[in-house]
Amino acid sequence: MFLAKRLVLAHFWLAFIAFLLALFLGSWQMLVRSPLLPWVGDPELYYRSVTAHGTVMAYVLPTLVAMGFGYAIVELALRQPLVGLKWAWAAFFILAVGAVVAMVPVSMGRASVLFTFYPPMIGSPLYYIGVVLVVVGSWIWVALMNVNLRIWKRANPGKPVPLAMFANVAGAYLWAWTAIGAALEILLQILPVALGWKSTIDAGLARVLFSWTLHAIVYFWLIPAYIAYYTIVPGAIGGRLYSDSMARVSFILFLIFAMPIGIHHLFVDPQVGAGFKFLHAVFTGMVSVPTLLTVFTICASVEIAGRLRGGQGAFGWLAALPWRNPMMLVLAFSFVMLGLGGAGGLINMSYQLNSTIHNTQWVTGHFHLIFGGAIVIMYFAIAYELWPQLTGRALYSLGLVRAQLWLWFIGMMVVTLPWHYVGLLGAPRRMAYYDYTAPGLEQQAIWVAMSAIGGFVLVISGVLFIYILAKSQLGPLVQPKEFRFSLATHPVDRVPAALNSFGLWVGLMIALTVVNYSVPVFQLLRLQQTSVPAVVVGAQR
Amino acid sequence: MNEERVFSLRNPWFVTSVGGILSVAVISALIGFIWLPSANGDFSGHGLWATICSAAGTPSSWYGGGANLNGAPPSEVVVLPPGHASADAASIGRGATIATQNCSMCHGVLGTVQVTAPALAGQYADVIYKELRDYQSGQRANAIMQPIIQSRSDQDLHDLAAYYASLQRAAPAEPGGATGAAQDVDAVRLAMQGDPIRNIAPCAACHGQLDRKGAAPWLGGQSSVYLAAQMQHFASGERHNDINEQMRNVARHLTPQEIDGLAKYYAAQP
Repeated sequence: MFLAKRLVLAHFWLAFIAFLLALFLGSWQMLVRSPLLPWVGDPELYYRSVTAHGTVMAYVLPTLVAMGFGYAIVELALRQPLVGLKWAWAAFFILAVGAVVAMVPVSMGRASVLFTFYPPMIGSPLYYIGVVLVVVGSWIWVALMNVNLRIWKRANPGKPVPLAMFANVAGAYLWAWTAIGAALEILLQILPVALGWKSTIDAGLARVLFSWTLHAIVYFWLIPAYIAYYTIVPGAIGGRLYSDSMARVSFILFLIFAMPIGIHHLFVDPQVGAGFKFLHAVFTGMVSVPTLLTVFTICASVEIAGRLRGGQGAFGWLAALPWRNPMMLVLAFSFVMLGLGGAGGLINMSYQLNSTIHNTQWVTGHFHLIFGGAIVIMYFAIAYELWPQLTGRALYSLGLVRAQLWLWFIGMMVVTLPWHYVGLLGAPRRMAYYDYTAPGLEQQAIWVAMSAIGGFVLVISGVLFIYILAKSQLGPLVQPKEFRFSLATHPVDRVPAALNSFGLWVGLMIALTVVNYSVPVFQLLRLQQTSVPAVVVGAQR
Repeated sequence: MNEERVFSLRNPWFVTSVGGILSVAVISALIGFIWLPSANGDFSGHGLWATICSAAGTPSSWYGGGANLNGAPPSEVVVLPPGHASADAASIGRGATIATQNCSMCHGVLGTVQVTAPALAGQYADVIYKELRDYQSGQRANAIMQPIIQSRSDQDLHDLAAYYASLQRAAPAEPGGATGAAQDVDAVRLAMQGDPIRNIAPCAACHGQLDRKGAAPWLGGQSSVYLAAQMQHFASGERHNDINEQMRNVARHLTPQEIDGLAKYYAAQP
């Protein structure tokens, strides 16, 4: 790498320290609403913690990881120094300041509105301003990714953009467009109320605007993990990427289909018409296509690795895989969690099945399995892979790395599988208190207790992760091996122009957003008397 | 290498992707806006365009009856959720004058006397104002309060509310202490946690200990006799000025022992 080592390190350290703090909060939350401890007594403390946990895990951690990884990709994949280093540092500091500004009112109990805001609840304006700063910082990153790609394209006319960079920029464009929904909600609806200029808010419209961001943001979180699947894992386990074009198609499909689907979060909201709910359900089904393509391509790539290592027969290649290699391990863990979580996701997106699990703990289990499990475990893998490049030092102990990944996998499974189950039994989500002595809830107690113990395992794994990173960084200097992204089975000399540029795909993304969101949004804007009084959180008692 | 044009009908990527997405969108729109709604008469009873509109979420009026379903509303007052409001000194001063002349006989000079009348010192302004308005309109019935408050102007009621809200909260009405040994465990649990399975919300979620909702009074400092009487009146429906029957729904689920325990618990709170 050239200029961006310290920059990427700063992003990763801030991300992972915030992550560790939020992990402790999450584990505490599981404990206090489990039957293992007497209830904390004040639901506000619980919601305060949920807000901090959600805000850090959903906005701060993935944004910083995606940004840091993006800068690294510019230098590693394009083999050119990052252009706009000062801007990148400015974005980092805006983001860091935003995170602090948001967290101060949350920790004071002035913004316990949960990270999805939930108007008509209104918290301190500083909370929303902090979140806006985080987004503004990330938009600078989007611009920098765009600029660096352009510079490279000008210097390399007609050449295929390296896959990692292509996917990285797809993620950047997706984020730029998807963040607009929540930005509109905060700037036009929430902040005027939080600042005291208005006393009512159109909660239905706010929920529709937030759904614009709410689902596609998941794919922004997910893209670094997918980049690692395609461009790091096959090479690291001694194989080859089965198809470079399939990878590009997957990222393009994410770009197109991630956006027009958010209303599947609003299946029980009365302010959206049933026709649009169905339309969003269909496109949510479509977004499973790139994931299925990815599972196929990566499994094929892994099989190549197994056969190159001498594996024979229909399943013999599985045994020949380098299972002691952390990258192999992490991919297997990630795919198991992605598979289970993805199957659950198909249930969530189905207009009919959704009514069974809507607003139950099933949903909390689902997004912890997919994001906290399949995606975050790949963030660990990315950090481990880049650490020697960034610090010039070898990883402290591969055995500890394996232990950390095992603990995270086991912990996340123990947390989320019981969570899904109690959701099916009807346990509602977002509750601070459950009375497990009641006859209807008694049978859930054992599962909830189990799940809380899984939370402990995750905390141990998180602490171990930070320990490994810190210990490695303090180790002796070594000359790291030159970083190589995975090679494809066939050399990528040229790709169709459509798979090497974004114009068509960004156009389709915007067009589908307009088709699926314009009527619901404008209809709610036009309707009179849809605003309700704001409920100030943390008001004087 | 000559760059092929992406936005061209001769580019298969362009034709396939745009055509494919367009057909998915059109087919699912046909299903979602025409075929599925046609299964239900509420959607499809008024022709094709009305079917599409209702699937798109256009509100329509299907109710043909009168505007008022349940007779008189429980209260004329619209109480906004509490914010960060503060009263001005002049309003408090005017309120003090009115209170001394008209209210102190029963409620005490500083609003802390315990007879059968509630202690008003330190009570939330929106609570006092709403109750006074409800006495005025008769939505809360009381033989003494109604004639006293009948001719008062709206500003007078606001001034009274501001005055009482500005006073120090009353001391506990009865011994027992906030954490006394004699505390009734069931009452504490009901007050702080409620009983979700019986659909009883915790008292503290609205009445100020944990969170505060508009028009819900601070309960500490009231006598157990007054508190128990109010809960019984809510349960029987004799008192009915609670918005959306919030208190009536809670009180109906409480046993007489629970009402008694809760009244004693709050009477021992400051």
